[in-house]
Formats: sequence, C-alpha cells, structure tokens
Amino acid sequence: MATVDLRDVRKTYAGNVEAVKGVSIAIADKALCVLVGPSGCGKSTLLRMIAGLETITDGTVAIDGKVVNTTGPAERDIAMVFQNYALYPHMKVYDNMAYGLRNRGTPRDEIDRRVREAAEKLELGALLDRRPRELSGGQRQRVAMGRAIVRNPKVFLFDEPLSNLDAKLRGQMRVEIKNLQRSLGVTSVYVTHDQLEAMTLADTLVVMNAGRVEQAGNPLDIYEKPASTFVASFIGAPPMNLLSLSQNGDGPALPDGAKLAAAPKGAATLGFRPEDAEATVANGAAHEGLSLPATVEGVEPVGAESFLYCAAGGGRIVVRVAGRATANPGDRLEVKAKPEKLHWFDREGRRVSSI
Amino acid sequence: MIGQSPIRIGIAHIVLILGIVVVAFPIYYTFVASTHSLQTILRPPLPLVPGDRFFENYWTALFGGVGRIGGVSVGTLLLNTTVMALGIAVGKIVISILSAYAIVFFRFPLRMMFFWLIFITLMLPVEVRILPTYKVMVDFGLIDTYAGLTLPLMASATATLLFRQFFLTIPGELVEAARVDGAGPWRFFKDILLPLSKTNIAALFVILFIYGWTQYLWPLLVTNRNDMGTIVIALKKMISFADADTEWHLVMVTSILAIVPPILVVLFMQRWFVKGLVETEK
Amino acid sequence: MGRRQEDIGSGGSSLSPRVIFPNKILPYLLVAPQLAITAVFFYWPASQALYQSMLREDPFGLNSKFVWFDNFARVLADPNYLNSVRVTAVFSLATAFVAMAVALLLAVMADKVVRGRGIYRTLMIWPYAVAPAIAGMLWLFLFNPSIGSLAYMLRWLGINWDPLLNGPQAMVLVVAAAAWKQISYNFLFFVAGLQAIPRTLIEAAAIDGAGETKRFWTIVFPLLAPTTFFLLVINTTYAFFDTFGIIHAVTGGGPGKATETLVYKVYNDGFVNLILGDSAAQSVILMVIVIALTAFQFRFVERKVHYG
Repeated sequence: MATVDLRDVRKTYAGNVEAVKGVSIAIADKALCVLVGPSGCGKSTLLRMIAGLETITDGTVAIDGKVVNTTGPAERDIAMVFQNYALYPHMKVYDNMAYGLRNRGTPRDEIDRRVREAAEKLELGALLDRRPRELSGGQRQRVAMGRAIVRNPKVFLFDEPLSNLDAKLRGQMRVEIKNLQRSLGVTSVYVTHDQLEAMTLADTLVVMNAGRVEQAGNPLDIYEKPASTFVASFIGAPPMNLLSLSQNGDGPALPDGAKLAAAPKGAATLGFRPEDAEATVANGAAHEGLSLPATVEGVEPVGAESFLYCAAGGGRIVVRVAGRATANPGDRLEVKAKPEKLHWFDREGRRVSSI
Repeated sequence: MIGQSPIRIGIAHIVLILGIVVVAFPIYYTFVASTHSLQTILRPPLPLVPGDRFFENYWTALFGGVGRIGGVSVGTLLLNTTVMALGIAVGKIVISILSAYAIVFFRFPLRMMFFWLIFITLMLPVEVRILPTYKVMVDFGLIDTYAGLTLPLMASATATLLFRQFFLTIPGELVEAARVDGAGPWRFFKDILLPLSKTNIAALFVILFIYGWTQYLWPLLVTNRNDMGTIVIALKKMISFADADTEWHLVMVTSILAIVPPILVVLFMQRWFVKGLVETEK
Repeated sequence: MGRRQEDIGSGGSSLSPRVIFPNKILPYLLVAPQLAITAVFFYWPASQALYQSMLREDPFGLNSKFVWFDNFARVLADPNYLNSVRVTAVFSLATAFVAMAVALLLAVMADKVVRGRGIYRTLMIWPYAVAPAIAGMLWLFLFNPSIGSLAYMLRWLGINWDPLLNGPQAMVLVVAAAAWKQISYNFLFFVAGLQAIPRTLIEAAAIDGAGETKRFWTIVFPLLAPTTFFLLVINTTYAFFDTFGIIHAVTGGGPGKATETLVYKVYNDGFVNLILGDSAAQSVILMVIVIALTAFQFRFVERKVHYG
C-alpha cells in the first residue's frame, strides 16, 4: 500500500500553455482522493502525470515515498480505469484482464487465479469468454475495473470512469467502486467533473480550477466552508446563491441598499445555500441574520422538495423548500437565512471569516 | 423500398447477364481455345465448347518449355511471377506498416518531413522515371534478379497512407492502457496493433498481390533473361502476328495460367478485397 | 473533460493519438526501409530525369551539354509528340467513358435485383485480376484478322476489319480491351455509391411523382457525382499509365503512330530509340500531369468528406 505525494507539480505544453500551475497534494495510504473541476482545469493532466502518461514539467510526483518523475507508467505499479474503458477489442474479457500480468511475466496459474478472483468479485465469471463488443456499457466498465484489480497495484487511477453510463447505472457503480476501494484498501485517485460523484466518493476532495487547487480537504468541510466563490458555486446542486455587495460608507450593502449587519469587513460577495434559506410570506418580523424581500419567478417541484427561483437582492437566487411548494410565480416572499449559514467572500472571491 | 415490377426486374437480370457475358466471355473463350489443337485455332471460328486437348496442352506448356521464349517452362514463369507478386505484397505491407507506425505513434524530429517525402512518391509512378530508374538497377546489378523485380515497387505512399489513416482511428486510451499494462513499443505493435489491423492487411494483400502480378513495364525493363521473366512478359514474347508460327494453343494455356492465380486470390478473399478496395481509394 | 483543450500543445494534429512512445532511435529505424527505397528508386531517378531533361547528348552518348529548356521546346514542337498527346486524350477519354458507362448501367441494374446480387458481383470482378497486357492479348485473340473468331464474324457481316493495318480500328480495339478490364473496378464503386444513397430520398421522389428514369437522372445520378468524379480521375490515371501493357503487347503504338500514347512514347524514345534528352523531357511533362491529377483528386476527396 502506498501514499501519493505531489509537490508543486507543473505542466507546460509547447507554446507555453500552462495546464497545471503548481499543485501540491498529499494523499494518505488507502485514501480515495477525488479531483473535481470543470473541463480544462488540469485534473486529467494531473492524473496522467501520476500515471506517467504525461511528462512532468516541474515539481515531483512520489508514490510510496519514491519520486517517479522519470519512471515509465508500467514501472510505477499503478492501474488505471479509463473513461472509454480502453478494452482491447480483439481480446476476450479474460485476456483483457490477464494482459498486464502476462507482460510482467506472472506465472500462468497465478494469472488464472487472480483473474478468476477478480471476475468473482465483479460478477464477471460468466463473461470471461466474451469480447468487449458483446458486452453492455456496465459490463465493460466492470471489465475495466477488473483489469485494474488483478494487477494488485499500489495505486488505482480513475479517469472519469462513469461518465459514459446512464444516470441509474452511474449511481449503482459509484457505490460499488467505493465499496471495492474500501475492501481492497488501495490508495486511489479519481477524476470527475461531477460534483455529486466527487462528494459521495471522496475521502479527500480536491477542487481544481484553471490549473490550480482551489480547495482540498474533507468533502463535507468543503461543502460547509467553501474557500472561494468558485468552490461555492461548483460544489452543491443547485449551487450556492451568490449576491454581490456594494461598499457603502459604513460597510458592505446589497445593491438595493439594504444594510447587512453581520457583514465582515471587506466582504464583496454574500453566499448562502438554497437549503439553508427559508422562504416565508413577508411579515416584517425582526430577523437575526439575512432577510431579503424576493419575487418568485419560477417553481420547480421535484417531488420530495421544490425549488423556488426568485429575484432578490439585485440578483437571482434559489431556495429549497421541503415537499410541495405553495408559492406561485409573482408571489412576493421574504427569504431568510441564519447568520451562521451565511458565507462571505472578498473581492478576489476568497472566503472571509465572519467574526 | 419502392415496388419494382417483375418486368423491370426481368430486364435488369437480362442486362446483368449480358454484362457478365461481355465481362466473362473473353476469359471463357481463352479457356476454350486452350483446350483445342493449334490447327483448330488457326481455322476460325473456334467452337464455343472446350476441346479434347486439355491435358496435352497444359502438360506441354507447364513442363515442356515453349520455343519462342527460349524453352523456358511456364512453371518457371509462374514461379517468378508468384515470387514477384508475393514479394511486392508482403514487402510493401511490412515496410508501410512500420513507417506508418513510426509516424503515428512516435514524435521525433523530421517526422512530418518524412511523411511528406513518402506522400509525394504518389506523384512519381515508374512511368515518369523509366530511364534513370533503369540505370540505378544496372548500377546496383539488380537486372535479372528477384530483388530487382520487387524492391523498387515496395515503397509506395498508398499503403502507408492507408495504415496511417487506420492507426489514427485507434483511440489514444487504448495506447495508454497498453502502456499502463506494461507494453512497450514492440509489445503494443505485436499484441494490439497487428491484430487490430488484420482486415486491413488482408485487403491490402489482395490488392497488392494483383498489383504485383499484373506488372508489365517494370519486369519488361529489368529482366532480359527469359528464365527470369514473368508470365505476362513471356506471353507478349510468345505472340507474333506477323509470323505464322505462334503456338496459339500454348499461348492460350499460358494466358489461363496467368489469369487463374490472381482470380483465385480475388475470389477467395472477396469480402476483404471489396471492403479494402472501396476503403483504400476513398 | 478537458481532453480537447488540453490536447492543443501536445504536438501534432489533434487527430493523432496523443500518447506516444518516448523513444529516440526506434522511429528512425522504423521509417528507414521505406525512406531508403524511396530515396534510391524514386527521388534519385526522378531528380536524374529532371536533370537529363535539360541535357543534350551527342548520338554516341560521349558528350552531353546543358541546354536548359531546349529539349522541352523541341518535344512540344514535335508533330509526333502532339500526335501522341491527341492519341492519349482520345484513348483516355474513350476508355474512361466506356468503362464508366457500362459499369454504371450494370451497377444500377444490380442495385435493383435482390436475388443473385452476390453472384453477379462475383462474376463481375474477374477482369480486375487480369493484367492489362493480357486483357489486350485476349481481345486481340478474338479480333485478330487471321484467326480471331469475332473478327471472322465482323468480316462475315461485311466489315473490312483489320486492326493491324487500320489505325482507328486499332484504337477501337485497345479502348475496348482497356475499358473491359476496368469495368469491374468501376462496378464495385458504383454499387457502393448507389447503396450509400438514402432510400428515403428515392421514396420521396417517387411520392413526388417522378418516374424511374426521371428519378435516376434527377436524384440518383447527381447524388452519385462524388463517386463519378472520383472514378473519372482514377480511370483517366489508369488509361494514362496502366495501359502501357495493352499498347505494348497489342499494337506497339501502331499502325503508324495511331495508338502511340505518351507513356509509350517515353518508353520508345528513351529505351528503344535512345533519345535520352527528349525522353527525359517527356517524363518531366508526364510528372507535371500526374501532379495535376493527384492534386485534383485530393481536392476532390476533401470535398467528398463533406458530402458524407
């Protein structure tokens, strides 16, 4: 088992395109680290640098304490699950899983034992003689996993492995991957652009943007204390409501002029999550924290909950209400949030702690 | 599908059958001629059905040696032609697949220049450089050798371009997966790339085999000795319309023997051949 | 994910697989065989042809002098050469037209029938495997004035047939042989082209009241244009170069110079008559023609991609 340490890793492509601009992450043994971020944020490049498929321009990548910058992918003792599975189309499932072991000169009976064991775990036993094109998407995904498992590597690398599956299957596989990773206890790095996947899978969550780490840590901590407006809007669905503030003589204020008593100095953006807000019929009652007059513009009932889309505080916000919403478009409401549920960000979008 | 009246379908069949008569008749009639005696052939019209000299004529041609081409047996010519066709087909495939592999899966200085150097040879068929190429052959002592018959025809852009095109459709992930699985350039080539290229190779083989088999100008230039000639060249030498002593029955046998091997290759590998042809030329 | 964007700088076209083998010497070894053969048998001779096209040798080949474009000027002013240009044009166009027209007719018929399509195709592709020179010889055997059975029939019909003495008849014979060999090739492409035309378009035209003939000329034929253009280029190239064997084996350029095509003349002047400078100049002119044809073909192929 192994740790993975990235120190100030950089990637510059020809033509001075900087894809990764100095990333440092320490992944503990047996942990599942998820790299999440929008397209082009450098997360895949980073993963591929750990895999050895991409050269490292600067900084170091260490696996199990050993720097592997110049080691080939085969010698890093990693296994990778690819977005499109990358199964060898002309090989049977069995051979797909066995190929890596054969290349390493593993004895025949040992290969056979390991392949069958992995197939057992992934319920692929009946499919070992099929070719990839004869399998469903979910089955191919399992074979790709199996190919990683049989190798018994130090590190698993997952490159958006579920993005080609339909929503239902994705949910199912997510649980399976998590359980598998736990039971095998293999350190893993998982890349996705799906924040839900990231939240549910991660022991350590790393949110990336434009080649940099925006925030890293425990997923719930990140959810509760996003370090920047980017993280705030990226993690959570629907995303956190963000309202920009103007600076009055005596402190930050909403565009409509409403003062914000609790606002810390230097706050330029106010944020609160849809589920942390409460929408009531305006009654003028004093409220500690945020209290915003809002006009309902749309209602989205989802069943167990409903989302109210409102115009408020010079912007647009979403409020989650449990069950069936009684409000209708055009209704005027009061949106309230408790002071401890408010997030403040400075002009650069960095979090400002409310004192 | 629009309904077709039986009459129209009938007409279509008649046209097709007529077409096949036109297409196949010369070959059939040659076969018929190859089974008659010289005397029968010299007194047209020739019967439409085969005669009784099949074994005699074929035996003489294959093993007896034909006077006009210096007594060389057709068997020798068939051997030469087979060597040439196989040599060109196999050589071209090997050379092209290697260079396409390098150009697609490696990055190295001068890569694109090499690609263009290969690509431009499309525009330099033998016909436009006859004499200087002949001189090169003489300088290298390649006249009347198998190497001379095959080597210069082994390099061509088409096969390289075809393989390159195919390689470009192979997903990058597959290469990455192979590298993670511990496959180096050679293992990747042997375990992944070659098996995936099977159909392309088969198709190309048929096309190139026929290309090699039907060569005319090149063997005409680089062979002087009759026993190094190909069957097509020998045929030309056997015919003289001025002389009355052309052994037409043997000419016909030789023609059939020259036609049958490539036809068999086409028929047996029809599936790949048609696919390959239509795809190669696109 | 950011694959596409991240690909930008990784070198080479975005089409090529990104992952590559980090190897310094191997790729050179892999391209070496092809480059060696290409250099020795293509570039060196081609450059020699260029060089020689500007040299004038004395009749004994003892002396030569650099004469710039004199050889070209002489060749282009030579009535024999101009005759050869005309012969080539007639021969190529006639061959391409006959081979394509017959193939198209057969392909359209084959597209109609359901039963026996495979058998028709199988029987139709034979001539592809026949060497052009042999094709010529087979036709000559059928139409040879002294022993050809079909020549016998023509005479019986009252036609004074002798392609060995009559220039136009010789031309008809070589065109027939050259076109015959090419029918199978064109047939395969037209069949593929016809199959690629969406049935719904033809059905829509039928609903619009177009009869079968009208449907063919207004819908099918225009949609087949990419295939037709492509085949036109291929057939012209074929008639230009690959038919050397037919001419050489059947007519030897004669009678007179009635079937002396450009390629045959290059061969004859250079190899038989040993007029090196002129032959080289002719080679270079041919080279220009090939380059034009290739360029045309590639432009067109690119356009075809857009047609889907």
